[in-house]
Amino acid sequence: MTVNDFSFTSNFWSWWIIVLTVGNILACWWLVRWTGKPKANEAAQGDVTGHTWDEGTLAEYNNPLPRWWLWLFYITMIFGAVYLFLYPGLGTYTGYLKWTHQGEYARDMEAADQKYGPLFAKYAGTPIPQLAADADALKIGQRLFVNYCASCHGSDAGGGPGFPSLSDGDWLYGGEADAIKLSILDGRAGVMPAWGPVLNEQGVDEVTAYVLSLGGRDADADKVAAGQTHYATYCAACHGADGTGNTALGAPNLTDNTWLYGGSPGVIRQTINDGRNGRMPAHRDFLGEDKSHLLATYIYSLSNK
Amino acid sequence: MSSDRATAEPASAPPPQQESGEDEAYAKHKKVYPREVHGIFASLRTLGVAVLLGLFYGVAWLPWEGHQSVLLDLPARKFYIFGLTFWPQDFFYFAWLLIIAALALFYVTALAGRLWCGYACPQTVWTEIFLWIERKVEGSRNQQIKRDKSDITATKFRVKATKHFIWLAFSLFTGFTFVGYFTPIRELAVSFVNWDLGPWETFWIFFYGFATYGNAGWMREQVCIYMCPYARFQAAMFDKDTLVIAYDEERGEPRGSRKKASDPRQAGLGDCVDCTLCVQVCPTGIDIRDGLQYQCIGCAACIDVCDEVMDKMGYEKGLVRYSTEHAMAGIHTDIVRPRTIMYTILLAALTIGLIYAIGQRMPLELDILRDRNSLYRETSDGMVENVYTLKIVNMDEKAHRYSLGVSGLEGLELILSNPVIEASGGEVLSLPVSLRVDPIVLERTANEIEFTISADDNAELRRTETARFLGPAMAR
Repeated sequence: MTVNDFSFTSNFWSWWIIVLTVGNILACWWLVRWTGKPKANEAAQGDVTGHTWDEGTLAEYNNPLPRWWLWLFYITMIFGAVYLFLYPGLGTYTGYLKWTHQGEYARDMEAADQKYGPLFAKYAGTPIPQLAADADALKIGQRLFVNYCASCHGSDAGGGPGFPSLSDGDWLYGGEADAIKLSILDGRAGVMPAWGPVLNEQGVDEVTAYVLSLGGRDADADKVAAGQTHYATYCAACHGADGTGNTALGAPNLTDNTWLYGGSPGVIRQTINDGRNGRMPAHRDFLGEDKSHLLATYIYSLSNK
Repeated sequence: MSSDRATAEPASAPPPQQESGEDEAYAKHKKVYPREVHGIFASLRTLGVAVLLGLFYGVAWLPWEGHQSVLLDLPARKFYIFGLTFWPQDFFYFAWLLIIAALALFYVTALAGRLWCGYACPQTVWTEIFLWIERKVEGSRNQQIKRDKSDITATKFRVKATKHFIWLAFSLFTGFTFVGYFTPIRELAVSFVNWDLGPWETFWIFFYGFATYGNAGWMREQVCIYMCPYARFQAAMFDKDTLVIAYDEERGEPRGSRKKASDPRQAGLGDCVDCTLCVQVCPTGIDIRDGLQYQCIGCAACIDVCDEVMDKMGYEKGLVRYSTEHAMAGIHTDIVRPRTIMYTILLAALTIGLIYAIGQRMPLELDILRDRNSLYRETSDGMVENVYTLKIVNMDEKAHRYSLGVSGLEGLELILSNPVIEASGGEVLSLPVSLRVDPIVLERTANEIEFTISADDNAELRRTETARFLGPAMAR
């Protein structure tokens, strides 16, 4: 985004700022000149102005200020003019140095990468299972986790509705060190299609009953039987014939007691009917390999003690 | 504004020291050449300069229990003052100390006038050193005035260059010492010699060097007259019982020169011989005989020099002396008065309070941050979980192992990923913890609970903080 994008309507505001700023500096110049000259009916220099306080014992004199005080005023104005020439300040004028906040940010980030990069790079060569025994690496990983991950997965990595727990040893995409790191670097898109339009209301009820039975819960036997047929047709491709899921696709295991979106019959029914769209954002460009390596180490350590 | 409390007639005010221009409300500054003075108060001021500058230049080099005695380590946010280590959390004590310092200043001012200005203010102290250097290089007041009026010659140039070189070197050393309170001074000295200082260190050394050179070399009394806020509002602390430097008008007037042997009474003269030495020694260039003026920094140079003259004349000392308005008017001076009683009580209470608070200060902090992404979490077995991040700040110098406890709900279970809580000296430990409870005990949706952390090796090191536990109110 360039500065000019803000003035797409007209140049009026740009000129408004320029006229106000330059006008104010010129007005200051005039004011300093004007107040520097003695006025008629003013007390002569060194005389009492006539203002007294404290029962007349405290008197004000018209004493001159030292000359260097006047210079300070002029130096301030010259500083302002030089600043406005070098840096953006006058309307859409970009300044002689072409300084921008974005440029400053990029420079700061580069400097920070140079300074702190080696701290993270130091650990990049160690395989994750081995690094998980390094207390310092885990401490760095934990701090990164609190910064970048905890807002969704929780400070204790215990997750929440829609955000998987990373500490329970149950993995949608596999709990191997490389799988965890890949989830961080490239993100994941967990898509469950909406089966309502295909199965109709009765079909969704029947599949819900079958899924409940997979986890060992009580359900209407007729519906379970009907649901099993639907399951074999529509669901088994991803969740597997036995319902234990498929980490290659991120399809969750339906036979255990871990539910990403909630395990009550109503919520399971909603999941089947409306589908789900889980999204883990990719961090490769944002955090880079080295920090992701440390993050993966910390997350790996939570379920591999 | 020019205040003149001693005299009712404003006409006796000092004439402006600056020559006024024709058409400008500004005037060229005229340099004040204070004459060298000897005497009891001059010796006291020299002692003040020696002690204060000795502390400033010396303390930075003192080691203390493995670190610099006074070091304000800004990057690490740790402030070492001898045996104490302060953290940004302790900034409160610093504010407290500043309040005590301000009150002490007001107290001293109400009692004894501008003692601070005359003997202890850095502006005075450094100006004294710079004046001393100037006198050593350029000679006496008269020699200085004569040289400044003369045309530039090789000798004049050499003398001036020598003075400024010494001034600048001393200023740079001052800037270096100042930065030495923020960067370990021994390391800084090595970097300084090798000239590989960091950009900020370089900036501040030169900034403070320049400020010292400018303020003590060039600005001098103008800082007190035009810039110092204290010089302007100290009048508010003054009353008629405050110690000030006063000229005994009754005794001195009418002033006039006379022969030493002559009897002044016969000539109709007072004790003032009008030698103008009191004006010549004044560092702010005023005439004390015009009465109390806000420019007077209370340095007592005029007392020293006038006493010397009175001695020579065989008169009694103290024509110019420390006195009070009441004493000058022949009225008893009250040292104990509501103003001083109030200051004494306040100052004593605050000082004792601060010493007690620092003595009771516990080098352990506990902050609790509740996770905000979800209100609570239900586990697969129906328990309710809340997640917190505990910040455990070990402000002690040595490592401690801590025990964490929690209370406030029946059967509240604490879940830690690592049961060993250990923080090295000065570490801020960030510890995620989960609390788990059977929701049947929850009477409210928001329940107050307490975390308690205590050091295993020292039972006195313990902190308790409250937090909230959210969940469904099943027991309501």
